Amino acid sequence: MAEPFLSIQHVRKSFGATTVVEDFNLDVAPGEFVSFLGPSGCGKTTVLRMVAGFEEPSAGKIVVGGKDITRLKPNQRNVGMVFQAYALFPNLTVAQNIAFGLKVGGMPKPDADRRVAEMLDMIKLPQMADRYPYQLSGGQQQRIALARAIAPKPKLLLLDEPLSALDAKVRVSLREEIRSIQKKLGITTIFVTHDQEEALSISDRIAVMYGGRAEQVGTPFEIYNRPATKFVANFVGTLNVLEGKVTDAASGKVQVNSQEVSLKGKLNGSKSGDTLSLALRPEAISLGRQPGHDASLSGEIAEVHFLGSVIRVRVGIGGNTVSLDTFNNSTTPPPVVGDKADISFSSGDMLVLH
Amino acid sequence: MKSGRFWAWFVFLLGAAYFFIPLIATIEFSLRMRRGVYSFDAYKVVLGDSQFQATFMFSVIVAVFTILLGVLIVVPTAYWIRLRLPQLRPIVEFVTLLPLVIPAIVIVFGYIRMYGSNSPLPFLGSNLGANALLVIGYAALALPYMYRAVDTGLRTIDVRTLTEAAQILGAGWGTIIARVILPNVLIAVLSGAFLTFAIVIGEFTMASLLNRPAFGPYLQNLVANRAYEPAALSIIAFIITWGCMSLIQILSRFAPKSANRPN
Ligand SMILES: Nc1ncnc2c1ncn2[C@@H]1O[C@H](COP(=O)(O)OP(=O)(O)OP(=O)(O)O)[C@@H](O)[C@H]1O
Ligand SMILES: [Mg+2]
Repeated sequence: MAEPFLSIQHVRKSFGATTVVEDFNLDVAPGEFVSFLGPSGCGKTTVLRMVAGFEEPSAGKIVVGGKDITRLKPNQRNVGMVFQAYALFPNLTVAQNIAFGLKVGGMPKPDADRRVAEMLDMIKLPQMADRYPYQLSGGQQQRIALARAIAPKPKLLLLDEPLSALDAKVRVSLREEIRSIQKKLGITTIFVTHDQEEALSISDRIAVMYGGRAEQVGTPFEIYNRPATKFVANFVGTLNVLEGKVTDAASGKVQVNSQEVSLKGKLNGSKSGDTLSLALRPEAISLGRQPGHDASLSGEIAEVHFLGSVIRVRVGIGGNTVSLDTFNNSTTPPPVVGDKADISFSSGDMLVLH
Repeated sequence: MKSGRFWAWFVFLLGAAYFFIPLIATIEFSLRMRRGVYSFDAYKVVLGDSQFQATFMFSVIVAVFTILLGVLIVVPTAYWIRLRLPQLRPIVEFVTLLPLVIPAIVIVFGYIRMYGSNSPLPFLGSNLGANALLVIGYAALALPYMYRAVDTGLRTIDVRTLTEAAQILGAGWGTIIARVILPNVLIAVLSGAFLTFAIVIGEFTMASLLNRPAFGPYLQNLVANRAYEPAALSIIAFIITWGCMSLIQILSRFAPKSANRPN
């Protein structure tokens, strides 16, 4: 990466005796959109609040644009933030809400008015200027909150689960709107969510967090296809995990439920006799032996879920169950529970989890 | 069903009678100053009395300053306790209740001893000082009502998130309190202010012991020496009270609705 715009370095945060963020490191490039993804309580909000200045790190530092801001007050940071609960000022109109930061910053009124109009156009709500927050829907309120955060031209935009209070449809359209505005303005952005689909669909990169640490930072493609840890693999997407035992490390032979598969070149460093967790995405597995798939296992159909265009099949292999998806085909009836079946996959798609 | 309705009306009429009979009797009595006919003579006498005007104005001004002082002390305190020191709430609530437990006479004797004309802080050495002391004393008396009203108002808004939203937009504490917190608890502040006003207008002990030309001592004097005028005064006070209350009602219609909690 070129010079990072935001750099979070070895940040730790403890509340009393409990440490909720530990050795958190992240560099964000200028204009980049990074999501924090993780389960509830993993410290996403806490890291974001340290960047905003609402919490002071117990250790480490935060650098923005080459300047150490670790000890700066929130109102001196020139950061924009959108809250989960909208947090519009109920006593002010939409236009006054958006103008708040401009007024505090001492912008002359004509300039501020122009900027407010520009912002209202950007979020496509120009006719709402004189309404009060209670007269708006949740989605509209959150767009106003976004406009209010962006109006003073902050260097950094922070969003803490801005969509989680909205219903599903609004959530999808607003996340795309946020992303397109962010791209247009080129504003460096951190977006907190616990919704993996949201993170995968709009981020340049994702930091998957667990227990106060960044487990893996990477593009959505990397996170999904090459999860670095067991946690990331399990948390992002659906995953089939099989326990295997290395029988011959040199040739990459692994035994799964007393059947042998060959995983050449994937065992980096494992010795014969080691047990491994092997993971496969449902879409990487086929029912029956497919040409091009170099590994296969035999089992028995355990469950069949007809979902319309897709049929999700669960196949029991010894003690393990493997989910896989096949497309619906009007001429081929779905498999029957209890039938013997083979599954096949490409050993290259197999993830070895450590 | 039928008897239920009967009892409901019975209780309602009983309550209405309890409330209205003394009021009507007082009005009737206040109109009987001129022998044999109803007249507004008592009201004319009261309103025309220069002492009435002077003491009433004095008390109104004292009330206004008391309200300002109360708001200046209570709003930031209640706000800060909600925001940063919630563990202190029970203690602060206890302290604000003390003026209800400690009689005003105790407070005022304390003041006289501490701020007498030959003490290091001779508040009582000048008129202005004594007036200031009266305002301070009244602010203490009104504390239980003011604090409770403001604290209740703060409960209806998301103090912490609104504060943080303002902070991240660059606002300092003064701006946050003046432009975000105060406007959103204005109705609560107004009801606190109204209660303060009511306390100050009628207060006797402090005003008389500090020897201030206030409305309370004037009222006391009138009640002791006249017949019809006190009744007229009671009605005037009643009208002022109701006027204030309807004003709060009207103002609250214009108040911002709280919309910062998604549902
Ligand atoms: N002020 C605080 N005092 C004590 N513990 C806190 C405080 N703030 C957060 N924590 C704890 O820190 C941990 C991380 O909290 P945080 O709010 O960062 O989680 P999160 O990842 O944002 O979760 P969610 O998805 O539920 O919002 C939690 O276990 C929480 O209880
Ligand atoms: Mg959170």
